[in-house]
Amino acid sequence: MHDEPPRSRVFIAVLLLATLTILTLDAKRSDGHSPVDPMRTLVATMLGPTEDATAALLRPITDLPAHFRRVDDLRNENDQLSRQNAGLRTELRTAAANQNRTAELHRIGAFGDAKDFTIVPAQVIGLGPAQSFTRTVTIDAGADDGVKPDQTVLNGEGLVGRVISTSATTATVLLIVDGDSTVGGRLGPSMELGFVRGDGSVSGDTRLTFSLVDDTAGMRRGDTIVTWGSQNGAPYLPGIPIGQVTTVRAAQANLGEIGSVAPFVDFSSLDVVGIVTRADAATSAHATTQAGAR
Amino acid sequence: MKAVARCLSVGVLIVVAVTLQVSVFDHFSLDGVVPDLVMLMVIAAALSRGADYGAFVGFAAGLVLDLAPPADHVAGRWTLAMLLVGYLTGLARGDARPAPLATVLTVAAGVFVGNSVFALTGFALGEPGVHVADVVRVVPLAVCYDVALTPLVVPLVLLLFRRIEPGPPRW
Repeated sequence: MHDEPPRSRVFIAVLLLATLTILTLDAKRSDGHSPVDPMRTLVATMLGPTEDATAALLRPITDLPAHFRRVDDLRNENDQLSRQNAGLRTELRTAAANQNRTAELHRIGAFGDAKDFTIVPAQVIGLGPAQSFTRTVTIDAGADDGVKPDQTVLNGEGLVGRVISTSATTATVLLIVDGDSTVGGRLGPSMELGFVRGDGSVSGDTRLTFSLVDDTAGMRRGDTIVTWGSQNGAPYLPGIPIGQVTTVRAAQANLGEIGSVAPFVDFSSLDVVGIVTRADAATSAHATTQAGAR
Repeated sequence: MKAVARCLSVGVLIVVAVTLQVSVFDHFSLDGVVPDLVMLMVIAAALSRGADYGAFVGFAAGLVLDLAPPADHVAGRWTLAMLLVGYLTGLARGDARPAPLATVLTVAAGVFVGNSVFALTGFALGEPGVHVADVVRVVPLAVCYDVALTPLVVPLVLLLFRRIEPGPPRW
């Protein structure tokens, strides 16, 4: 490398330094805010519409396999019906949990009907690759539609995740299967509280883990887990179905049990999702109770 | 003026590659693994113009990939990985016209290094969701997928870079 001009080394060194600066700045983020965020928003504002347009352009083609699959559907109808049956049973269980909850909430008089919220529909337009080891998607609704970070994202089957950042027309959603995701979950039958964690696994048959707060409480195979919600419904609203316990094993040092949970949402074929942008009944009722207590 | 136009062309190419990788190729994922289109582009840039140019394009492309939605990791991880990939594959570039087999091997090595560096920075920064088992599964799969796509993608991108930057390397 004798003929290499010194200018080249300097150039590479500058690029490396710039990279390390960005890495350090972003790694040092304090309570969710990073100095790199403005750059992130800028790139999202520029690339969001491009991703959106590309996804829209491609939709007729990507829907094609679904069209051909319809032929197979006839053969699979029996299969589907049994699955539907199972789904309905699940719904029933969730309903029981929600009924429990409603009765309880009516007793304390804190909440009204938890269903009184506004949902913004959106379509998934971009997916993080497995090589990034995170499970995030881009959706085509953003700040202009009233979407803000820490809002609940769901679809017809159940909980999808929460919004972590927005641009004007797009938003990034952290899926509950991401290794960084923890959701407060409630066991449907016993109303016991616990935490549902994603394992960041990128394989097709996604599993979540569920651990109870109370070590002495138990769970059973087939138990349904719903969200128990957080302060002011952010990031998660209460009562949204998450998944079903498939296997239960003892935790280390015999402290309680850990359940493996199959999510209701099929994360490999996410398409239309809804973002809960307003949960008036829950928040305002909560706010008034708090104000009244003071 | 020409330099500005060239930078713009490279910028457009990066945006196209990132968009394709995020919004189109996710439909062709193997077990979640999406072809590293952006990395193939960086390698092609390095093969056509050498280490410094490769490092520069790698830096820019990695930065866009780090910041574009739906990325959620610490920004700079892809930047570092792509910068190294661009630089190293540029150094590995031999004489004027590499043999097809040499190109494929360079791509395989480059993709392996890039994905490994990205995973390693994840370990180093304690990012959630990075498990050895996943890395061991994802990286070889990504290498295979990218190598399979090399004959389709790399010649095309090489051609584009020759049009953007005609003549002998400047750096």
